[in-house]
Amino acid sequence: MSRVIEFRDALREAMSEEMRRDPRVFLLGEEVAQYDGAYKVSKGMLAEFGPRRVIDMPISENGFAGLGIGAAMMGLRPIVEFMSWSFSLVAADQILNNAPKMLYMSGGQFGCPIVFRGNDGAGGQLGSTHSWCVESLYANVPGLKMAIPSNPYDAKGLLKTAIRDPDPVFFLESERMLALKGEVPEEEYLIPFGQAAIRREGGDCTIVSFGRPVHFAMDAAEVLAKEDGIECEVIDGRTIRPLDLETIVRSVRKTNRCVVVDQSWSFASVGSEVAAQVSEACFDDLDHHVHRVHADDVPAPYAMNLEQEMLPNPRKIRKAVLSACYRG
Amino acid sequence: MSTHALPAGRATGGARPSRPLPPGVPPKQLLRWFRDMLLIREFEVRTMQAYQEKKIGGFCHVYIGQEAVAVGCVAATRPEDPMITAYRDHGHALARGMAARHCMAEMFGKIGGCAKGKGGSMHMFDRANNLFGGHGIVGAQTPVGAGLAFATKYEDEVIRGGTSDRVTLCFLGDGALNQGAFHEALNLAGLLDLPVIYVVENNGYSMGTSIERGTTMAHDLSVKAAAYGIDAIEVDGLDVIAVYEEMHAFVEKCRRTSRPGFVDMKTYRFKGHSMSDPRKYRTRDEEAHFEAGDPIGKLERALVAAGVIDEPGVGVLMDSVREEVRESIRWSDASPLPGVEELHHDVYVERWGPYTGTSLPEMLREEGTR
Ligand SMILES: Cc1ncc(C[n+]2csc(CCOP(=O)(O)OP(=O)(O)O)c2C)c(N)n1
Ligand SMILES: [Mg+2]
Repeated sequence: MSRVIEFRDALREAMSEEMRRDPRVFLLGEEVAQYDGAYKVSKGMLAEFGPRRVIDMPISENGFAGLGIGAAMMGLRPIVEFMSWSFSLVAADQILNNAPKMLYMSGGQFGCPIVFRGNDGAGGQLGSTHSWCVESLYANVPGLKMAIPSNPYDAKGLLKTAIRDPDPVFFLESERMLALKGEVPEEEYLIPFGQAAIRREGGDCTIVSFGRPVHFAMDAAEVLAKEDGIECEVIDGRTIRPLDLETIVRSVRKTNRCVVVDQSWSFASVGSEVAAQVSEACFDDLDHHVHRVHADDVPAPYAMNLEQEMLPNPRKIRKAVLSACYRG
Repeated sequence: MSTHALPAGRATGGARPSRPLPPGVPPKQLLRWFRDMLLIREFEVRTMQAYQEKKIGGFCHVYIGQEAVAVGCVAATRPEDPMITAYRDHGHALARGMAARHCMAEMFGKIGGCAKGKGGSMHMFDRANNLFGGHGIVGAQTPVGAGLAFATKYEDEVIRGGTSDRVTLCFLGDGALNQGAFHEALNLAGLLDLPVIYVVENNGYSMGTSIERGTTMAHDLSVKAAAYGIDAIEVDGLDVIAVYEEMHAFVEKCRRTSRPGFVDMKTYRFKGHSMSDPRKYRTRDEEAHFEAGDPIGKLERALVAAGVIDEPGVGVLMDSVREEVRESIRWSDASPLPGVEELHHDVYVERWGPYTGTSLPEMLREEGTR
């Protein structure tokens, strides 16, 4: 049996189920308890689990991220919510220098089973400090895992996996998708990391994306099929670390063309990494170089017209696919 | 409702008279403060409307209730004293002298805005008026504030060979007390004898978290400054006369000694944290208690009682303020959207690749830099 719920409900179900299952799991962050979550993700959780397990934090991201890491070293399973991943930058030392390296630095003695989660990407005219797409910035670091769901079903299944994972997981949500509805089973399920999903099958061009831009890719694929007679295969990576190269390569061997859509900046990005890996693996299969669609290489502007122009959108994706098919 | 029980350390609120008008301040000046406070209030009311009408997007935080702080602090300083603040910044911009139209147009995302529509509500910058921003990341402005003070002192002493003569005001919310950056900034300011005053606009809440729930020693914040060897004062931020008098003395001391300061400026935000906040974390009684002590009404009654202005005079002033804000909206409506070419403009000073260099906003080209 499944029912239709919002992305935010799926996240909450994942956390609540794992907290019922394992007393070591707890949630901390700004406004997560008494306010029921700045974005209502943790609504009702204080009532169910009490203030020892759903804990309000002051605006001290560096402090509480580090506190979570210490607790994880002791064997607890913290979920640390950042109201926005943009605010994780003030905790960069803890999340990048401590969490992903603890196991290595201690020669395997201390792991760091922690989940950092929150909104990533443009939220709608939030300006340059509040619109970070941290995937490219953070995916550079070995020792961490990164999941980036695009729908409620994946959000729940991936978050449950993240909470049970023995390593630090960066879990990237999107404020713009929290109200997105989708079918989610009543029964328990988990989605393993490193398994991409094919959202649309097609033989002409592969589009690879992650998180919210998967929807832009689907919109572009629709238009390309209708207007241009081009059938795209849209792959939703679901996790960035590990990256399911196999699924991508299988598709590119079929379509001989690849467009990567990544909402972060192009320079040293996830999109560039995927393009490089596909180029290496599919050198003989590609009919054109791998195309990349990114946010423009500028800080996020506030003005609505400029912001929309800056972000990857179906128009830019269509253009890239047409070019990859020598039609642009 | 003036018996409202609040935790120790919060603003007092309630319907109390203002301090006596300061004898040394000419009536014209007092009226100027009154008008500035009215302007900010009217501006913010219309900002909330424009947000509902979707003319303004993103995060938007209004200053209603806190007007006496920005106006009193600006009055207590000199125009050349740098100021920097957080994202609740419209009041500081207007008090510092930014024209309402450039502030409004910024929120409308129009080219006529103080930052060409690139910054929005949280990022008001005004170079001519020495306002070094509006900053969206909680606490981010606090080390920068130390840097502004470092630079004034360096310019005055090292480059000009004189004595340090400017004071920087760095505003922050009570929530920012809990950021690491703030504590590093305070230590540096104490260590390097920087002429900077940290003004904590202590409105009792950071979003839905009351100061007692988020901050240790909320009943006596001066101990935080004391740990860094920094003098602290407490000021009634709901009374512009108190703000002016206390701040004036404190700023002048800082100017003389070139030592940092810390102000627990007790105030209250009358509205929600931002445009979408149901305010379940506090009671309507509490809000009514503070609204009864509205800093604008307080000043108005004092001015009328002293004969500085009469009721019809207040009406005339209100009309002129309303017209100024209406004009700012008409002007912002008419201001064009930034062109696509603006995306790659102002990223770098120099031109290279897709980048087209930088230029001053219309606001500064019109009025000229100081
Ligand atoms: C580092 C960081 N964390 C979280 C936020 C989100 N946020 C914006 S304002 C705010 C509350 C700040 O309260 P306070 O400092 O008291 O200022 P006030 O809103 O009362 O003026 C929070 C948590 C942020 N902007 N930056
Ligand atoms: Mg506050």
